[in-house]
Amino acid sequence: MNYELIGISVLWLFLYGYLIVASIDFGAGFFAFYARLTKQDHLINRLISRYLSPVWEITNVFFVFFYIGIVGFFPDTAYYYGSALLVPGSIAVILLAIRGSFYAFENYGAKSSIVYLFLYGASGLLIPASLSVALTLSEGGFIVKEQGSVVLDYWALFTSPLSWSIVGLAITSVLFISGSFLAFYASRAEDHSALKLLRSYALFWSTPTIIVALTAFIYLGQHNERHFQNMMDLWWLLAISVGFFMTAMWLLYNGRRYGLAFICVMLQFFCAFFAYGIGQYPYIIDPYITIQNSATSPSMAIALIIAFVGGLCLLIPSLILVFRLFLFDADYVKGKH
Amino acid sequence: MGVDTVLWSKLVTGMTLGFHAIFATLGVGIPLMIAIAEFIGIRKQDPHYTLMAKRWSRGFIISVAVGVVTGTAISLQLALVWPNFMKMAGNVIALPLFLEVFAFFFEAIFLGIYLYTWDRFKNPYIHCLLTIPIVLGAGMSAVFITTVNGFMNQPQGFVMNAGQFTAVNPIQAMLNAATFSKVSHVLSSAYLTGAALLAGIAAFTMLRKGVTDYHRKALKLMMWVVLLFSLFNTLAGDISAKFLAEHQPEKLAAGEWHFKTEKGADLILLGFLNAEHEVIGALHLPKFLSFLAFGDFNATVTGLDQFPEAEWPPLLIHYFFDSMAGIGFALLGISLLYFFFAFLKKRHEFNKWLLRIVALGAPLAFMGVELGWFYAEMGRQPWIIRGYMRVDEAATSSPSVRILFFFFLLLYIVLGTMCVVVLRRLFNNNPAEVEMEKWAKTKRNPTTEEGEHA
Repeated sequence: MNYELIGISVLWLFLYGYLIVASIDFGAGFFAFYARLTKQDHLINRLISRYLSPVWEITNVFFVFFYIGIVGFFPDTAYYYGSALLVPGSIAVILLAIRGSFYAFENYGAKSSIVYLFLYGASGLLIPASLSVALTLSEGGFIVKEQGSVVLDYWALFTSPLSWSIVGLAITSVLFISGSFLAFYASRAEDHSALKLLRSYALFWSTPTIIVALTAFIYLGQHNERHFQNMMDLWWLLAISVGFFMTAMWLLYNGRRYGLAFICVMLQFFCAFFAYGIGQYPYIIDPYITIQNSATSPSMAIALIIAFVGGLCLLIPSLILVFRLFLFDADYVKGKH
Repeated sequence: MGVDTVLWSKLVTGMTLGFHAIFATLGVGIPLMIAIAEFIGIRKQDPHYTLMAKRWSRGFIISVAVGVVTGTAISLQLALVWPNFMKMAGNVIALPLFLEVFAFFFEAIFLGIYLYTWDRFKNPYIHCLLTIPIVLGAGMSAVFITTVNGFMNQPQGFVMNAGQFTAVNPIQAMLNAATFSKVSHVLSSAYLTGAALLAGIAAFTMLRKGVTDYHRKALKLMMWVVLLFSLFNTLAGDISAKFLAEHQPEKLAAGEWHFKTEKGADLILLGFLNAEHEVIGALHLPKFLSFLAFGDFNATVTGLDQFPEAEWPPLLIHYFFDSMAGIGFALLGISLLYFFFAFLKKRHEFNKWLLRIVALGAPLAFMGVELGWFYAEMGRQPWIIRGYMRVDEAATSSPSVRILFFFFLLLYIVLGTMCVVVLRRLFNNNPAEVEMEKWAKTKRNPTTEEGEHA
């Protein structure tokens, strides 16, 4: 296997990791805000903050990690995305900044405030929406080269059903993933009233997620025939994904094995996300950048891979420690510490 | 591509970095102070020090949050505002950027653990040990990111071929000529600033509310750290000046208004320039520039006459250089003064005037850091990668950057204000003495429900 393939696989895996942990985080923010609005916050907000407080920074770093990785392995992406995404990217940065800091102000500051919670909850839905633009752009047709400089065709972007369906998919899946994880967390905490509410959130968002996913897939077919066909060739991966979705639904509906249900949700997204990613091969941005023509020099690629492996040796044990202390420690989860 | 776009690109990046530098410095400096306080608290069995570590870490997390989000902003702005720079330099500097994120990741993980495990370990040293990965992670991320800045000043580790960096050696690029002096100056100044801030807060509180044991101990401990790191920082500053004299003489020359290459060059303090680039009203220290630059009063110091005027850095940086160096010495002086008074007579070191001076040290330290960074960054102009790429070649061509400047300005105003408001509320409503008493009570009576975390 060559370096660029290793690089893109690892990065895609990281992006998948970010998708899961960030969805949990974004959705939790929204649920916390929504529960406050509907006066149900006493049921779930303590639970949510017990999970989020120690891990929110880690989520944020995941994102920077992916970004630095892709810029490092494929420097041309920095040029194309950087030029085209100046405005949407900056909006995402501002939203991330608002979200992160207001989370800290709300949780570590002395007093809680509905305004902080609103900023934190609303940004949780807007960030995935603005980040998902990067995926839309990679399908081609939105970035144009004009007299040697790269610009984004906003009109095409805002009138494209594909881009809106991807935005919709980002938002619904955030809420679905988050709902099913928090239901699992509540079941571990043996907090039945919270579990009931969170399970209803997860069930509520499951159907929209799958419908929007199908819609986006159909629009993808109209927009980028090649990508669509490649994904169709991976039909079995998509079928497995749907299978995991059904299993998760069945478990959630019957109200048992919430841990397994969440794992099914994770696998559902894993299969779909990789079918999408493999289908896009070899392009990073259709038609300008492929992983072959944009890869960095071999010496840098080797250095990055070594750094990555070394870093993982340090990070994985630390992450396991975090999980044991905060996720799998029954007393902590139940709030006894 | 207009000049305007380049200017706004510079402004938006300068503003982000200027704002981030405050929190990045805290992020590197404060963990060491927390670690020291917790360790001493366990060693001396003195709950005052343990409380210091707790209170500092509680405030620290707020500043970390702002540091994280502004750090994310600057890293994305590298590609969004300077796409041509990232395209070209990305091939060479990806490794330290990558490692920086790893180091920060490491720090973030252990910071999360640290804050939420105060009472989870039987042996208090285990909790104290958690500070080591935090201090290391913070320090290493500073080291890695500083190597990137070093690379922009002293690009190495590649061969230039048809406008592209080829035959890249990432390690050599990281260990460029600027790295050692920059890293030592960044680290020493961050620890110095962290300590000066905490000492300043203790002094300020005592000025307003009278001398208490808690703040007295905090002040004394932090003054030791200020003394130690001002010495290191002075040394690091000296190393940096000698590095500049040898490798980047135009930056030193612009900072010193040293126009003519000469032997036994004078050190010029403050003053003005007239239209013919003559220095007016400055204090001249004969031959001191040669001494500063090479440790020899008669050495030859390269002046700006060796460089085309189009490649001169802005001459304004002379004031930045002088103020930065002045503040560095002032902080050293403040700590010496404190220990002089402490040595003279007991309690003398807590007289109002001395406390005022110590309190002033905190904003001074931050100004020093800012001035230093402005000197370093503006002193590299017109280059973004010295000798290879000019700033105006690197900037985005999109005019939207101008509007974004105002969005980001608004963001930083909101974040900065909120940060101050939240921190004030966090500590003003909960003075150390009150918390100490509450804590002592719960210790005597363990059935009382534990109040809060961290």
